[in-house]
Amino acid sequence: MHELSVAHSLVEMALDEMERVPESRIIALHLRIGALSGLVTDALLFAWDVVSEGTKLQGAALKIEDVPVVIFCPVCQQEQTLPGHQIFRCPRCNAKSADIRRGRELELVALEVS
Amino acid sequence: MEPRIVQVQENVLRKNDRLARQLRERFRTSGVFVINVVSSPGAGKTTLLRETLLQLKSRYRVAAVVGDLATANDARRLAESGVPVRQITTGTTCHLDAVMIEKSLAGWDLKNLDFLFIENVGNLVCPASYDLGEDLRVVLFSVTEGEDKPAKYPTLVSTSDLALVTKVDLSDAVGFDGVAFAEAIENVRPDIRVIAVSARSGVGLDAWLRALGTARAARESRPAGNAAAPPGQEA
Repeated sequence: MHELSVAHSLVEMALDEMERVPESRIIALHLRIGALSGLVTDALLFAWDVVSEGTKLQGAALKIEDVPVVIFCPVCQQEQTLPGHQIFRCPRCNAKSADIRRGRELELVALEVS
Repeated sequence: MEPRIVQVQENVLRKNDRLARQLRERFRTSGVFVINVVSSPGAGKTTLLRETLLQLKSRYRVAAVVGDLATANDARRLAESGVPVRQITTGTTCHLDAVMIEKSLAGWDLKNLDFLFIENVGNLVCPASYDLGEDLRVVLFSVTEGEDKPAKYPTLVSTSDLALVTKVDLSDAVGFDGVAFAEAIENVRPDIRVIAVSARSGVGLDAWLRALGTARAARESRPAGNAAAPPGQEA
């Protein structure tokens, strides 16, 4: 439900970055969104269209890389990717782990410009 | 021109995170321990906090900030405890953020406080993403909500440090299955401490208050500069 605030932040960040490359036009924003980010991709896409309209970013696409949850398994002694985000157990040995290594991401990775 | 890539690599909520880090440092140097209380609407945050403030105020200097979409009713209820309370009315915003917290603290000398409670907007989704600089994030689930709530809102649970099951005086009436709940929350957040409480009957309040005292003492014993990790992410 806070996708609108996030879309606003994205516009702000992208416009800031555009000052570094003033002659360019932004075609797309590359995002990384973790399964534990609390964000719904569809809602963000909708909010993005609304918020970017009338700015220099109008028409720019959001390219989203979904990041699954990765925990560190204390038994296997290595990182393991979870198939979902409701059961924090090692998919190999079933050991519990609250040591979350990835999946909380909400990052603007890069801008695609021309 | 050929498309090209400009690397950014920034957290989208960087402004909030930056301010939250500053707040956390400010809370620490002022000696105030800050608790962010999150739950769905109607889980009993206000009633529990009112009891908590009443019981703590003889031994500690306490205050509260309460967020709501509209009305100052919760602030009024908390103010019945006789401690300083401030209201943040968020309008249509579904969560509190670090900017709102900073503004709400204007004029308060944090050095004169031992505990500051933040009652977040009733919402199990959005508050998960916004670090408020708190030391402890406490999530409440009431027995009337059903045992599988933690599985439905894993993001918030996975960023919480402590869980309270509220309204346990109603457990029998609503057929709450404590074992199923314990299993559901353990799956999402292994080893999280769960305390069953009832603000009305007083059950569990001692354990909750002791947990607050212990958490505060633990922060005091950590070396300075070691307080930067957001709640639930120390590991």
